[in-house]
Amino acid sequence: MAEKTFAGKTVEVTDEGYLVNKSDWSKELAAEMAKEDGIELTDKHYEVLDYLREQEAAGVTLTIRKVGKSGIVDIKGLYQLFPGGPLKLSSKYAGISKPASCV
Amino acid sequence: MTEVKETPLKKVMIIVAKANIEDVYAGLIMANGAVMEGIEAKLFFTFFGLDAITKKQMNKLHTATVGNPGMRMPNGWAFPTLLGAIPGVEAGVSSMMKKQMDELDVPPVDEFLDMITAGGGEIYACKMAADMFKLTKDDLCEHVKAIITVGDLYAMSGGEGTQIIFT
Repeated sequence: MAEKTFAGKTVEVTDEGYLVNKSDWSKELAAEMAKEDGIELTDKHYEVLDYLREQEAAGVTLTIRKVGKSGIVDIKGLYQLFPGGPLKLSSKYAGISKPASCV
Repeated sequence: MTEVKETPLKKVMIIVAKANIEDVYAGLIMANGAVMEGIEAKLFFTFFGLDAITKKQMNKLHTATVGNPGMRMPNGWAFPTLLGAIPGVEAGVSSMMKKQMDELDVPPVDEFLDMITAGGGEIYACKMAADMFKLTKDDLCEHVKAIITVGDLYAMSGGEGTQIIFT
């Protein structure tokens, strides 16, 4: 466990940078997290993050295939939004747990 | 104390040489998992593995119900080889396996190749095996970037942090 400060608020994160307390999440926090990785969040990014948050709240195990079928973005687009980690990075910025699926 | 220096994995070359569902999917899952982690992935299909990228065969793969000691009945009993030899049993077992994978969001072969190439993964066919089975680029799915020789494969395998994986 580690502590990090985003948007003026100190929050607990795992060693891999995922939020420990999901209630700490805010849009500003997501933007600052992404900035650390050199990604500037756009409305499209936030649409993906909202979708991930909704699905996780509904108890769904997320995969890139599900995101690709969400109607928000196709898989190629998802890779372009979150280069090098379509599901890992988007889950991190969405403040949800690290992906638990192999696909 | 000796210092352990780890070199992060940067590229995987995955070779698929068999056409059983499990052999093909092992390669596909590893390649897709790699691109999802930002690792470059190239898949090389050879011998019977070519079925997985041959338009006519790719979505009709089977698992072996004969000569497969890991095969069990739903209740855990060993699957009798003679039962596995009855026409239709292998098709039934194979479609059950695909259904179970679909429930875990593991897609059919063509869609899986879409996912891997969408992430920047590349698909290649082996020249010698294609010649042997009399297959041309037109017989292969559109995901296939080229039909290449083993020498080409090795030439693509350079760079620190590259691994060749034979499934």
